[in-house]
Amino acid sequence: MAYGEKVLDHYENPRNVGKFDQNDANIGTGMVGAPACGDVMRLQIKVNDEGVIEDAVFKTYGCGSAIASSSLLTEWVKGKTLDEAKAIKNTDLAEELALPPVKIHCSVLAEDAINAAVEDYRKKHA
Amino acid sequence: MAVYFDHNATTPLHEKIFEAMQPYMGSVCGNPSSLHRFGRLQRQAIEQAREQVAALMGAQSSQVIFTSGGTEANNLMVKGLSMDTAVQRIAVSAIEHMSLLQPAAEVGCNVDQIAVDGQGLVTQESLKQAINKETVLVSVMAANNETGAVQDINKLAEEVRAHDIWFHTDASQIAGKLEFSFEKTAVHAMTLSSHKLYGPMGAGALIVDKCLPMHSLLQGGSQEKGLRAGTENVPAIVGFGMAAELAAQELIERADHVRVLRDALEKELMQLGVVKVFSQQVRRLPNTLQFGVQGFDGETLLMELDRRGFAVSSGSACTSGKTEPSHVLKAMAVPNQLATSAIRVSLGRANTMAEIERFIEAMKQIIGLSNSAVMMAANL
Amino acid sequence: MNDKTNRPIYLDYSATTPIDERVVAEMLKYMGSDAIFGNPASRSHSYGWTAEAAVEQARQHVADLVGADPREIVFTSGATESDNLAIKGAAHFNVKSGKHIITCKTEHKAVLDSCRQLEREGYEVTYLDPEQNGLIDLDKLKAAMRDDTTLVSIMHVNNEIGVIQDIEAIGKACRQRKIIFHVDAAQSAGKVPMNLSELPVDLMSFSAHKIYGPKGMGALYVQRKPRVRLEAQMHGGGHERGMRSGTLATHQIVGMGEAFRIAKEEMATENERLINLRNQLWDGLKDMEEVYVNGDFDQRVAGNLNISFNYVEGESLLMALKDLAISSGSACTSASLEPSYVLRALGRNDELAHSSIRFSMGRYTTSKDIETTIKHVRSAVEKLRNLSPLWDMYKDGIDLNSIKWAAH
Repeated sequence: MAYGEKVLDHYENPRNVGKFDQNDANIGTGMVGAPACGDVMRLQIKVNDEGVIEDAVFKTYGCGSAIASSSLLTEWVKGKTLDEAKAIKNTDLAEELALPPVKIHCSVLAEDAINAAVEDYRKKHA
Repeated sequence: MAVYFDHNATTPLHEKIFEAMQPYMGSVCGNPSSLHRFGRLQRQAIEQAREQVAALMGAQSSQVIFTSGGTEANNLMVKGLSMDTAVQRIAVSAIEHMSLLQPAAEVGCNVDQIAVDGQGLVTQESLKQAINKETVLVSVMAANNETGAVQDINKLAEEVRAHDIWFHTDASQIAGKLEFSFEKTAVHAMTLSSHKLYGPMGAGALIVDKCLPMHSLLQGGSQEKGLRAGTENVPAIVGFGMAAELAAQELIERADHVRVLRDALEKELMQLGVVKVFSQQVRRLPNTLQFGVQGFDGETLLMELDRRGFAVSSGSACTSGKTEPSHVLKAMAVPNQLATSAIRVSLGRANTMAEIERFIEAMKQIIGLSNSAVMMAANL
Repeated sequence: MNDKTNRPIYLDYSATTPIDERVVAEMLKYMGSDAIFGNPASRSHSYGWTAEAAVEQARQHVADLVGADPREIVFTSGATESDNLAIKGAAHFNVKSGKHIITCKTEHKAVLDSCRQLEREGYEVTYLDPEQNGLIDLDKLKAAMRDDTTLVSIMHVNNEIGVIQDIEAIGKACRQRKIIFHVDAAQSAGKVPMNLSELPVDLMSFSAHKIYGPKGMGALYVQRKPRVRLEAQMHGGGHERGMRSGTLATHQIVGMGEAFRIAKEEMATENERLINLRNQLWDGLKDMEEVYVNGDFDQRVAGNLNISFNYVEGESLLMALKDLAISSGSACTSASLEPSYVLRALGRNDELAHSSIRFSMGRYTTSKDIETTIKHVRSAVEKLRNLSPLWDMYKDGIDLNSIKWAAH
């Protein structure tokens, strides 16, 4: 199958690849997916005292669409509050990247990842 | 080389089609199922051919299932239709090609035969007699490969549809010779063969309405919407597509050309007195002339014509290894002796009036020998 | 295939091969307006006879490569049809001796799906697990044989991992139990020498487009002595001695014949060259961390190397290697997202099964191609491992099996 231009762009030049210290109080980590399914996504957010996401990084094991979905997501969540970040829907990502139907699950995974990261952060601060 | 008058058996490959195929036999390689660029180019070529074939037959490209040829398409139609063989039945005309009759006999359900009249046509009455409430499929070929007789598929399809029965037509012979449309005839399924319309051998298609419950006969891959497993024969499919496109462009021109030749031949042969043309009273393919010669043996006629440089056939090529009278002529109640003398001339785009004249001369010579060897052979 | 202008390097010869120019030249004699044409089934004129003679010549070439009698070669539209005809045809015809069939989990889909079809018809099928190296344990096969077993179907060379089964030993075991033995040889004909006049094989499937012949063309070897009987799967006309009806393309048959003729001539030298290329490829990659060859390294067809790059997902790797035409798994299933069922059957874990790449080399692969390939693969794997959380975890010494994954 042919990939869309935006997928290719994020795949070739992934944004915000990296890793934060998982134990840092300002960091929320979401790791979703499974090797058995062919994709694992790790999304980490750095949240400031005002509850705004200052920075975000990811690493993804998966197909090009999974990598692109998580890369795009890190761009989108920066500067957003936790609630705003949680409001990002997989359909928005899928639409922006023009994902074909067989790749929609990649965007679902990305949505799961941000939700998991926010939950992780909130758990630390509960 | 002999004069080729056997176009209903197979046609020479059209030069333009040959050109279209060549890249796919050389520099452009790849498995259409592969995701890399080589594979995608192959996939695109297949999809273009699908549109070309659909356009010729007035169908949607999504309805075209490519097969290895007309025989496989007919097998797929009959054996690939999901049905309850214990109860349900199918009805096929008595003059179908072997590639339809034999699979029908293998399905395991009751098969009703639809009779034809003396001109080789299925009538509405004979159709009605052959179907009942258990019938799920009716198959009547659009034009017969031997006599060239053209059925009134519109009317037959209407009747069949009124009974909620699937209707299939083998359009291998009519495609590219006369205007014929999947949509306008309102049939549910249609068989096509590439090498009958100047395309390459090795490709054919079943055009099939999506509402038919079909399953694949070949297992091992999801190609052709799951109805035909196996790596696609890309060059042949590309050639088939091109053949369809050219046939659509040249349809009238080709028909007019062969009709003039055929009519001249028919007129001259009738003068000989001993010739009887089959299906003469009805609409026929413009390129086809099948006739019997009173008091002659078909095999001997073939041999005499071959000696004089004419490639013709007695019946369908696929059964011409045998010398039984053709099942088509039998179904038309042609007397056995006349039936075994049958010769089929099927013309093509490259044939000329000079060839027709030479053929008439040859026939006159052969018939002129009537009281000697040929007659004796017939009497043996 | 020979012009190299910006084209990806073709390393997918197991999916399909380009047609050899010499094959094309033979085929062209039967195509085009001045060509020899005619329906080989036409018995009434020289057009038909000439076509028939060409078909018989090709049949001889095909038979010669594999040590068969030409009368044992039935032409089909491809290996998929050959497999279907062999398996369903033999099972149906011999139903009186039983309804049990043995095959292996790593067979081509054409074999597995034909067996599934027979299961729907009430047959029982045993799917053997191969050993970790992809080879079949003869004792396990023998243990699976029953009095009502009528057919064993085992491929000669696997399309994904390239391992060569010992068909002679398997065939002998089948003979002892009077079981019909079918071999899918689509990937081995012209690559592994064989002599069917001595091999205990009853049915063997061939493909033309896997050995530089045309697509849409295959054959089935049906042994004459002792005679193997089959029920035809395609009806109408009684071509190919009643075993396969339908007009087959003369030019394609001729192409297959020429491809087999060339293969016979060049197999020995070509295999030597391909083994060198394969060694070159492996030598250029084997020092990387966490790379694994799938399938037995030595019992392997010359042009194949299947490697798992651990912690890198196969599809993203294909995408990174867009300058290489390669595949992960077999072409017939590569449109789906499932991990390779062949690697799963070898007992490879999910990560390794998802991270496999098949490199298949052939007649036009050069040493320079392999050099470029090594460079591309090394940089792509490095890039993707930098992106991979699994690689991080591996580097941190975390056992991936210790993690409870939330499968979705």
